[in-house]
Amino acid sequence: MLKSWLVRARQGHRTVPYPGPLPALPERLRGLPVLQPEKCRSGCAECVAACPTGALSSGPEGLRLDLGRCLFCGECEAACPDGAVRFTNDPRMAARRRDDLVLGGDGPRLAAALGDESRRLFGRSLRLRVVSAGGCNGCEVEVNVLNTIVFDLGRFGIQFVASPRHADGLLITGPVTRNMEHALRKTWEAVPGPRLVIAVGACAISGGPYAGHPEQLDGAAGVVPVDLFVPGCPPHPLGILDGLPRLLGRASST
Amino acid sequence: MSVTAIPPSGTLPLADVPPLPVDRFRRVVLDAVGSGQRILSLPGFPDGDGTGLLAILGSDRDHRLSAARSEPIRGGYRALTPECPQAHLFEREIAERFAVVPEGHPWLKPVRFLGAGAAPGTPDFFRVDGDEVHEVAVGPVHAGIIEPGHFRFQCHGERVLFLEIALGYQHRGVERALAGGPDARTIHLIETLAGDTSIGHAWAYSLVVEALSGSSPPPRAEALRGVALELERATNHVGDLGALAGDVGYLPAAAFCGRLRGDFLNLTAELCGSRLGRGLVRPGGVAFDLGAEQAAALIPLALTALDEAADATSLLWGTATVRARFEETGAVGPGTCEALGLVGPAARACGIGRDARTSFPSGIWREHPIEIAAAASGDVRARAWVRWLEVQRSIAWLCARLAALPPGPIRTAAAGLAPGSLAVSLVEGWRGEICHTALTDDTGRFRLYKVVDPSFHNWSGLAAAMRDQPISDFPLCNKSFNLSCCGHDL
Ligand code: SF4
Ligand code: SF4
Repeated sequence: MLKSWLVRARQGHRTVPYPGPLPALPERLRGLPVLQPEKCRSGCAECVAACPTGALSSGPEGLRLDLGRCLFCGECEAACPDGAVRFTNDPRMAARRRDDLVLGGDGPRLAAALGDESRRLFGRSLRLRVVSAGGCNGCEVEVNVLNTIVFDLGRFGIQFVASPRHADGLLITGPVTRNMEHALRKTWEAVPGPRLVIAVGACAISGGPYAGHPEQLDGAAGVVPVDLFVPGCPPHPLGILDGLPRLLGRASST
Repeated sequence: MSVTAIPPSGTLPLADVPPLPVDRFRRVVLDAVGSGQRILSLPGFPDGDGTGLLAILGSDRDHRLSAARSEPIRGGYRALTPECPQAHLFEREIAERFAVVPEGHPWLKPVRFLGAGAAPGTPDFFRVDGDEVHEVAVGPVHAGIIEPGHFRFQCHGERVLFLEIALGYQHRGVERALAGGPDARTIHLIETLAGDTSIGHAWAYSLVVEALSGSSPPPRAEALRGVALELERATNHVGDLGALAGDVGYLPAAAFCGRLRGDFLNLTAELCGSRLGRGLVRPGGVAFDLGAEQAAALIPLALTALDEAADATSLLWGTATVRARFEETGAVGPGTCEALGLVGPAARACGIGRDARTSFPSGIWREHPIEIAAAASGDVRARAWVRWLEVQRSIAWLCARLAALPPGPIRTAAAGLAPGSLAVSLVEGWRGEICHTALTDDTGRFRLYKVVDPSFHNWSGLAAAMRDQPISDFPLCNKSFNLSCCGHDL
C-alpha cells in the first residue's frame, strides 16, 4: 500500500489543461492542412495525382481538400514543388456537416454547438456506446486514450458505457464493413432517442483507405444519421477531445 | 526436389519452385512439420483454371526458409489439418476463397464470410449438450472500446469447456485489393492491416518490394526502422500491462500505464508525425530523418518513460492480489504451442524461443542482435513478464541505435519489381511474427499478396488457454494475448 502511494507521488498529475491553449505537440504532427493555391505556379497537379484516396481535387473553383477522405499521409505536401499544400500540427477539425470538411481556401468550419434543447439534454452528461465497425483499430486506439488520465474525458461529463440502452448515442469508428452493418443498425436501434451519432476517423466518414471496396459501405452516414464528424487517420485524441465538448458548447473559443 | 530453399535475399524466380502433385505437396509439408518446421504461410492462388497452394515453411532451429507449391487443384484435395492442426485456419481460408475443398477438414467454416448471403454469426456453433451445460455468447459489439468479434463459450457453471471464436466482422477486402498492385493506395492499405502494427507491417511490405527490386535500404534507414519497431513494441506492451492491471481491478498500475503508453505514442509522433508510425517506413528506406539533436533528445525521453514504466509495473509483480490472479491463469503448454504454431510473446512465455529477430534475422538484427525474452509457465503471468522484459530490452536497444545512427542517406530508389517471382519477408512485430508473401505476374505486378498477421496463428491459442478456466478470467486471458481482429479479418 505504502509503495503504491510512493509511486502515485512520483507519477504526479498529468491531465492536459483543456479547453485552453493547445499543449505542445510534435512539430511533425500532420493536423489541419492549409491550402495556398496562390503559391501554385507550376499548375502541375502533382498533389492531386499523389493522393491515394482522391481527397484532393482541382477544378474550376481551384484546389479542394476533403478532410473526410484525407489520410493525413502528407503525400500531397511532399509532391508539391511550390508549397501550396502544407500541414499544420493543429489537430482540431471536427465539423457538424459533411460539407464543412471540404477545404477550399476558406478554412474548416469547426463544429457549432447543438441546439438549446439537445444541450439541455446532453450538455452535462453524455454517454456514448462505441461501435467499432471495421477499419484498422487505429481509431479505437485513439478513442481509448481519452479515458486515460491525460485526456480525462470524464471531466466533461462524457463517458463510454457498455450498453446501448444506457447510452445517449454512438461513437462509430471504421468504414462499416458489410459484416458489421447489421450489428451497427441493431445497436443504433437499441439506443433510446433522441440519440447522437459521432463518426470518428476517415473510415467512418468516407471509407478511408478502403473507400470504394465492395466489402464495406464507405462510412457511417450511409447507415445512420451523423451529428459530428472527426477527421483523421486516426484523429489525434485532442481532435476528438475538441470535437465532443464543442458539440456540447463546452470547448475553448480559440 | 520437393521444397526449395528461399535465399537470404527473400526472393527467387517462381519457376525455381516446382509444382508438385497435390498428394506429394501434402506429404512434403507434413514431413517438414513433423521434423520441427513450421507453416509460416499457406495461401492459395489462382493458377490457370485451378488453384495452386503455396507453403512457406520455416525452421527456427537452423534459421532456414523454404517454399513448396502444388500443381493447380480443381475440386478437392486431402486436408492437411487432421495431421497438422497448424494448417486449420489456412485451409478454411483457401476453401472459402477458392473452389477447392480440403477433404476431411474437421472444422470447415467460413473465416471472413465473403460474398452475398454469407453473414457472420449465422453458421452453427460447436455445442456441448448436457443438463448443466450453458452457453454464453458475446459480441460483435462489446462492452469496451474494442474491435468486433464473437465469442461463444460452452460452460459448466463457471468452468469453460470450450470457447469458439468467430471473427470476420472487420473484413474489408484488403488482400483482394493488394493483388494487382503496387499502386498509390498499397502502402496505406499495408499500414492499416492492423493499425497498432503499422511499423511492423510497413517494414514487412518494404522487405518484399526491396527483395523483388533487388535493392536494399541504407544503414541509417535500417536503424531508424529498428527504433520505430521497438518503440511500437514497447508502446503496446506497456499499454497491455496496464490493461491487465485494470482487468484484475488494480487501478494504480492501470492508470499509470495508460498514460505511459501515450508517452510512447508521442515519441513515435516525434519520429514521423503520426502516433501510430504512419508514413515512416517506405520501400527503399524511411521517409523521415532525424537530426543529431533530435535523435539525442529522444534518448532521455525514452529512458524516462522506461523508468516510470518500471515504477508502475513494479506494483504488478509485487502485489500479492495481482499475482494471485495472474499465476496459473490461462496456461498454454509447449505441446499445444507447437501443435497450433503459436508465435510471439505467447510462444516465448511457454519456453519456445521463437522470435523472427533471432530465428530469421536480417539486416540490422544481424548487426545488432537483441536478447530474446523467455518464461516457462505459459500463463498470464508469464505472458505479462515476457512483455515487460521486452519493453526493457527494446528501449535499451533503440537508445543504443539513436546514440549511434549510421551516417548517410535514408532512402534508395526502388526499381521495378521482378516478374514471375516469389518473395517472402518476416518481421517480428510486437504481437509476433509477421509474414508477407508475394507472387508477381509476368509484368511485375502482384498476382498474390498474402499477409499473415501474428493473430492469425494465435487466436486458437486464446481458445486453448480458456479450456477449464473460469469464464470470469476471459478478459484477463484475452488481454494477455491482445490479438487483432482486423489483422485476422483483412
Ligand atoms: S494528405 Fe490527404 S489530401 Fe494529401 S495525399 Fe494524403 S490523403 Fe490525399
Ligand atoms: S480512419 Fe484510419 S486509423 Fe481509423 S480505422 Fe480507418 S484506417 Fe484505421
